[in-house]
Amino acid sequence: MKVGKAKADNRATWIRVAVLASAVGALEIACRVGWVPATMVIAPSAMVKALIETLQSDDIGAHLQQTLSAVAIAMGLSIVGGFLIGFVLHWVPFLRRAFNPFLAAYYAIPHFAFYPLLIVIFGLGPAPLIVLATLFAMVAMIVATMAGLDRVPRVLLKTARMHRLSLLEEIWRIRLPAAAPHLLSGVKLAVAYSFIGVIAGEFILSTSGIGHEIAYAYDNFDNPRMYALILFVLAIVTCFNMAVYAYERRLARRRGA
Amino acid sequence: MTAAAPRLAAVPSEAAPKVHARLDGVTRVYPPRAGHGEVHALGPISFDLRAGEFFSVVGPSGCGKSTLLDVLAGLAVPSAGSVEFEGKPVRGEVPDGVGVVFQEDASFPWLTVEDNVAFGLRRAGVDAAESRRRVDFAVGFMGLKDFRRAYPSQLSGGMRQRVCIARTLVMQPRLILLDEPFGALDQQTRLLMGDELLRLWRETSATVLLITHALDEANLLSDRIGVMSARPGRFIDIVETGWPRERDSRLAERPDFGAVTSRLWSYLRGESLRALGQGSAAR
Repeated sequence: MKVGKAKADNRATWIRVAVLASAVGALEIACRVGWVPATMVIAPSAMVKALIETLQSDDIGAHLQQTLSAVAIAMGLSIVGGFLIGFVLHWVPFLRRAFNPFLAAYYAIPHFAFYPLLIVIFGLGPAPLIVLATLFAMVAMIVATMAGLDRVPRVLLKTARMHRLSLLEEIWRIRLPAAAPHLLSGVKLAVAYSFIGVIAGEFILSTSGIGHEIAYAYDNFDNPRMYALILFVLAIVTCFNMAVYAYERRLARRRGA
Repeated sequence: MTAAAPRLAAVPSEAAPKVHARLDGVTRVYPPRAGHGEVHALGPISFDLRAGEFFSVVGPSGCGKSTLLDVLAGLAVPSAGSVEFEGKPVRGEVPDGVGVVFQEDASFPWLTVEDNVAFGLRRAGVDAAESRRRVDFAVGFMGLKDFRRAYPSQLSGGMRQRVCIARTLVMQPRLILLDEPFGALDQQTRLLMGDELLRLWRETSATVLLITHALDEANLLSDRIGVMSARPGRFIDIVETGWPRERDSRLAERPDFGAVTSRLWSYLRGESLRALGQGSAAR
């Protein structure tokens, strides 16, 4: 059984790599032959070359630092804040009843439409970006926390009472570990949404940061730099998500999922 | 304490067995909720659990068997009446010395078998050496030696239930309450688990109360069997089996074994029909 599954996994990986490689290869050929004009898309190899050059240029460090620190702050705020809010809403039913409609409709709101307003309130610095990204990411964490805590099996709570655990012990030793898989998927979403929030915000209206640099390169027909930065953002987000995913897999394997 | 329940203690007083736990006029009524009115789930029930006996409770589904266990364990508060364990009142908290094994899988999926088994020990202030000794014993006793470092997801349902029994066992309870612990297992596994339960009961000399819906199982395992009526659950009768303390699943081969099961069924047939009738009337 296990061997069969590993084999199937291997084959799936192989197919995935093959599809990706042939797509990149096809794009490379299409660009080199001239089917796709360089004003539209540049060849993947040119993107990589431009990426190396861009990373060597001395102005990129400041942009990188600004974007990544904004993302890190938004991530921290949305994960911690989202967990705490989700926890309180789980614990206080009437608050939950009051706020549930907002949570349900939350992702129907076009958050970025409020970005200009946030700039008016917080000024043109990293603050509105962080607020925007946090607003965007936090609700995913709230919803995941509530789902996780809701699904703790009642029999485990009865077991806690049998062992006469205090409330804090029950939360720490039973509820949180039982909810961990849901909490982790909330973290994964919060990570992704924080990146989207900050970079998209920079894109719209900002004077620095990776998102701004991409938009700036776009406005100046600097395709190599634009694609280099897009590739860079993709690489970072993928690395981050893979790290969380690997941790999640380890937890899940242990639990036999 | 002075007024013994005369209805059940039909034995002469000098030979009267020690009372381990006592239910006196216990009822449990659930308040009305959307969709249905007040539900009278249990009682009034009065009975004494004798120290060291193996007592089973059988009854039609929905008759309040699990509620009875919850009330006895202190997991639920009775609407009326009182519960005593070792002479002290039980109210809203599981007393020290009571262990419960639930019907559902209550193993912790994030802990290994041995960490699951050791779960309650640290909290109870048992030192490390003694903890290890007790865990070793319980793990060995339940046949989990080769799976100490496995996670519950890697075990079968029967083995997970054994993990839960071992976790209760290490606390050295004097009263063990089991709520249909083998409900989800196949018949062969049930019989073997029953034998293990009997061995556990003999070797720990604990008092055991088992809730089950399997009449053969109740018959095989018990010294006494409480037969409950349809909701609100009350004892119709308490049947003494008179089996020897040394017994196992081969008891079923005895010619008088069938008579006890038949007697249980003659009580329960009518009640089960009534319970079914209640179900369809509610719909």
